[in-house]
This record gives sequence, C-alpha cells and structure tokens, in this order.
Amino acid sequence: MTEYNFAYLDEQTKRMIRRAILKGLAIPGYQVPFASREMPMPYGWGTGGVQVSAAVLTPKDTFKVIDQGADDTTNAVSIRTFFQRTAGVATTTTTSDATVIQTRHRIPEEPLHEGQILVYQVPIPEPLRFLEPRESETRKMHSLEEYGLMHVKLYEDISRHGHIATSYAYPVKVEGRYVMDPSPIPKFDNPKLGDMAAIQLFGAGREQRIYALPPYTQVVSLDFEDHPFEASKADHPCGMCGATDSYLDELIIDDAGGRMFVCSDTDYCEVRQAAGHKRKDAA
Amino acid sequence: MYVAVKGGERAIENAHAWLAEERRGNTDIAELSIAQIREQLSLAVNRVMAEGSLYDPDLAALAIKQARGDLIEAIFLIRAYRTTLPRFGASEPLDTGIMACDRRISATFKDLPGGQVLGPTFDYTHRLLNFKLAADGEVTKAPSRDAETGNVPHVTEFLNREGLMEEAPHDDTPPPDLTREPLEMPADRALRLQALTRADEGFTLGLAYSTQRGYGRNHAFVGELRIGSVPVEMDIPELGFAVEIGEVILTECETVNQFTGSKTEPPQFTRGYGLVFGQTERKAISMALVDRALRWEELGEDNVGAPAQDAEFVLYHADNIQATGFLEHIKLPHYVDFQSELELVRKLRREAGAQQVQEAAE
Repeated sequence: MTEYNFAYLDEQTKRMIRRAILKGLAIPGYQVPFASREMPMPYGWGTGGVQVSAAVLTPKDTFKVIDQGADDTTNAVSIRTFFQRTAGVATTTTTSDATVIQTRHRIPEEPLHEGQILVYQVPIPEPLRFLEPRESETRKMHSLEEYGLMHVKLYEDISRHGHIATSYAYPVKVEGRYVMDPSPIPKFDNPKLGDMAAIQLFGAGREQRIYALPPYTQVVSLDFEDHPFEASKADHPCGMCGATDSYLDELIIDDAGGRMFVCSDTDYCEVRQAAGHKRKDAA
Repeated sequence: MYVAVKGGERAIENAHAWLAEERRGNTDIAELSIAQIREQLSLAVNRVMAEGSLYDPDLAALAIKQARGDLIEAIFLIRAYRTTLPRFGASEPLDTGIMACDRRISATFKDLPGGQVLGPTFDYTHRLLNFKLAADGEVTKAPSRDAETGNVPHVTEFLNREGLMEEAPHDDTPPPDLTREPLEMPADRALRLQALTRADEGFTLGLAYSTQRGYGRNHAFVGELRIGSVPVEMDIPELGFAVEIGEVILTECETVNQFTGSKTEPPQFTRGYGLVFGQTERKAISMALVDRALRWEELGEDNVGAPAQDAEFVLYHADNIQATGFLEHIKLPHYVDFQSELELVRKLRREAGAQQVQEAAE
C-alpha cells in the first residue's frame, strides 16, 4: 500500500503520540490526554493500542498481536494484517521473537525481556470511573491522591462477600503514587506488571488517554494486610500441554456440559507441546 | 465457531467476501451509481457529511454505497478517511449573512427584510405514500427564480438593536480543534458547538426534545432557519489576501429563547445556535436547543440536573462513532475476563453454600 504513510498515521500525529508516551513514561501510571485519531477500525476494538503501536513501530520491528492470549482470534488477526499492510513489518506469533507485542486482556506467560514493548488496548483507562462517572472529578481525585473511595469499595466487597469481588481489571498502585487500571487482564496477570523488563504502554483511543510503565517499575495490586491480594486461576492443568502455571480458558466440549481447560496463551502452549509436553487431549 | 483456535484469518476473508456479495444484492437488478446516491438520496449524503465532518458529496455517496445504506457505518468510513488528509490551513470564518438562501424562515416575525422562503421542504407535504413513485419518478418542473443575492440580515440582529437580545460579543480567540486536541472539561461554547455539529442526529434530537418536555426547559422560538450556499474563502500567504476556493451548503438555526433574567443578567431574549453541513434542519434545530440548554452556567441560570444541561454527559456521549464502536466491541471475545468472573462466582457460591450448611447444622 503506497497511499498511506508508514504504519498508517502521518508523521505529525505519530510525533504527538510519542510525546504523550514519553510523558507517560516520565510519570508512571498518570493518564496523559492525547488527541486520539479516528482509525479505520471501530473505537473499542483496539484503536488506542493501534495508535500507540503505529507510533513506536519501526521498519525493523517484529510485531505480534494477541487477543485473549491468542494470536489467531479474529481481532488479533485483523490488527496484525493492518500493520502488515500499512507498515510492512515482520510479524510473529513467538513471544520471545517479537519486539512489539500488542495485547488485549492478557500478558504473555513467558517473561518478557529488555528491548521489548508491550502495548495494551484499554477500554476504560480510569480506575475510578465506576465509582465516579465524571472525568472532571476523577482527574481531581488523582491529582489530590484521593483514593479513599477505592479502598472503601474494596472494603465493602470484603464485608459483603468475604473477598474483593474484582477478578479482572484489578486496580494497582504505581510507584506509591497513581492508582492505575491495568486494562481488563485477569488478576492472575497482575503480578507480572511490576518489575517487568519490557516497556509497557497503555492506549485508550476512544477515551483519548495514554499511560505507561517504564521497565522495572514498582506496581502493587491494591489489598489489605488481612486480605492480601491473591492471583487466581482455574485449579486444573492445561488439557493440551499439562502446564500448571498458566492462565486457562474453559471450553465446553459436549452437549452434556463436559469441560476442558487449555492455556489462553496459545504460543506458550504450542512451544510446550513442541517440547514434548503433551496431555491426552492434545491433537 | 467464530473464533476457532486456528482459522480466524480464513473466516475473516470469507466473511468479507460474503459481505461484498450481500452489499451488491441480486445482480439482476441494476447497480446503484455514486451519482444516483448523491442526487437522489441527498439528505442521507448530507447527514454523512455533517457527522463525518467532511464536505464531499461524492465521497459521502460512496460511503453510503459501501456501507449498504447504514449511515453510521458510512459516517465512520468518512471519519477514518478524513484523519488521513493533510491540513493545508483554515478558511476565513464563513459569513452566513451573505448566504444564497434556498430556504429561510422565521417563526418569530411574519415578514422581514429578505422575506420568507419556504424552499424544498417536507413540512407541508401530506405523508401519504406516493405509489406513483414506485412506477416512475418523473417530476414536473418547479417554477424557479434566482436566489436572493446580497446581504440577508439575521433576525436576531433586529432584536439586538432594541437591546432585547443577549449580546454576542465579538471574539477573535482561535477556536479549539476537537479533532486535534483531546476533549477536556470544562468545554467552552466554541468547543461545545464543534462537538454538537458532528454529534449523532438521533442523540441530539432526543436531548433537544427532552428540554421541550421540561428537562431544562428554555422555551425556544426558531428566530430563523436558513439553508443555502456560502462561499468559502482562504487566505493565500503568497497572494497576501483571501480568495474564494469554493462554496458549501449549510443549515443555520438561531433560536430566540425566553429568559426572565438571573442574578447576573437582565430579562432579555437569549440565543441558541446550530450550524450544520448540508440541508440538515432537524439536526440544526436540535443543536440550537441543546446549545442553549448547555449555556445555563454563563447565563447564571439554575442547574436543574437535566441531562441536556450536563456538558460532560452530552459531549462525551454524543459522538456516534465512539458510541457505536464501544457498544459493538462487546461482540469481541471476552473469555479471559469471563473466565475470571466464572471462578469468582463459583468461589462465592461455594462459600455461601458451605455457610448455609453450617447454619443448618447449628
């Protein structure tokens, strides 16, 4: 495609986005407003992530896209194809080979290394949104570090259910300052956010916000001393590769409601199977 | 399965091929041309230009064809295309006072300089299906005369002379650009108007209607509604003066609203303003009503908690491209988040069950 600039966006727009990214990296966890553009895919389908990826991709990069941990889900395929067409970059499904990974709702199982960038698609960047719908209010709360409302919400969960009833998009505190929404990743992934070797960038297109975590940032999931944070997953091994340490999807496999659990990270599962870890259900 | 672990790529390709076939429909029926859509579905074209924020009837017609007549989808196509266009500069402010009006009505004065011009309106048609159109669409020629040229004064100016109309002070501050800066609150009137002119017609209409039914009522008269073409001038740096580069058709609506005065303002009439690309009068009138409702603060009125008074609510939810995208994204797979919810609900149920057993035992 020659009608469009490298990675679709024009250079001025990419520059504007890079500035927002740099500001975000300088103030970890702070939501930087940016002039999000209309992209040729719908808002809510990863336009924030796509704009961040477009701004950081170079012709030498190798790009990987996952949605729900998988490379082959329809929207991941669509976004990967978009950058193949508009940027001509090499693509991969292998986590360790990728230099830029765009993700929706998961962090890969395999630890990322320095030099990699993980780009998250974010639907609602504001962790306080469902406690206070007004943007003008929540921005004030962040600037005053007024997070009492969030702690009250978590406390009410415990008093009502005995647990914090948030299982994904579990709020975190970054470097002891900003409360941040990690995007709707399962809380199983939360411990991977902190002290990560890769750069983590978060793009919310419709809400016009970018935020970031530089490498090796301290990220703490909110909790109480007597109710410590607990990363949870289905209590099964993967039905394909036998992994016991990976996040699992539950599949319904017959009319009688029979179930099977498999790795949500398809690359992780395939690499393990290729290395000889097979279970009875593996093809 | 719409997302087999493998095969998503082929499924997408096949879906696109099928979509293309459905768009075309029965190939025994002649294909629609862009010119046919532009000429015969011109109000749809106008809406797509207005909410797409791009004045180009041919591209809007193409978008309608490609979108199978889904106007929000067509608006989306135009918006996505618009983002890629380079910006050469900004035009001079348009002067709607020199509009060559096809239609110009005032509901506040029986007659006025420039006259009332009904123009091509549905207003007094009887809404009876015209079965003759199903057979042939031939029309008899309508009588014509040249458009009024020269200045067509705005009705609100007459009221202004008497001091009955709220002043609209001249302001040379460059307006903010919604498409180049993130929308942030509080939004000034220029920014609010910018958001409203590209806002979803249905949403704007609903909000405007709610003000008429008492949710932030500010009884509005259509002081003036005018539709016609206005020249667009642009300052060319090499020439050192502005030249006309084309013309656009616009709908402008100025409402005159009752106002009994507040702590800060004397009793007078106040203004609501709507300006929209193309012949789009339902949208322009709606815009003017919502604009007026949003002005409660600067006029020192009470906030009665009506949705149309709430700038943050109105502006963050008026864009149909944002709204439709986020709404429809819930079709995307969410099994990772759903899985974690499943586990949580199972855990809570287990514990609740255990508690009940224990209570029964006690």
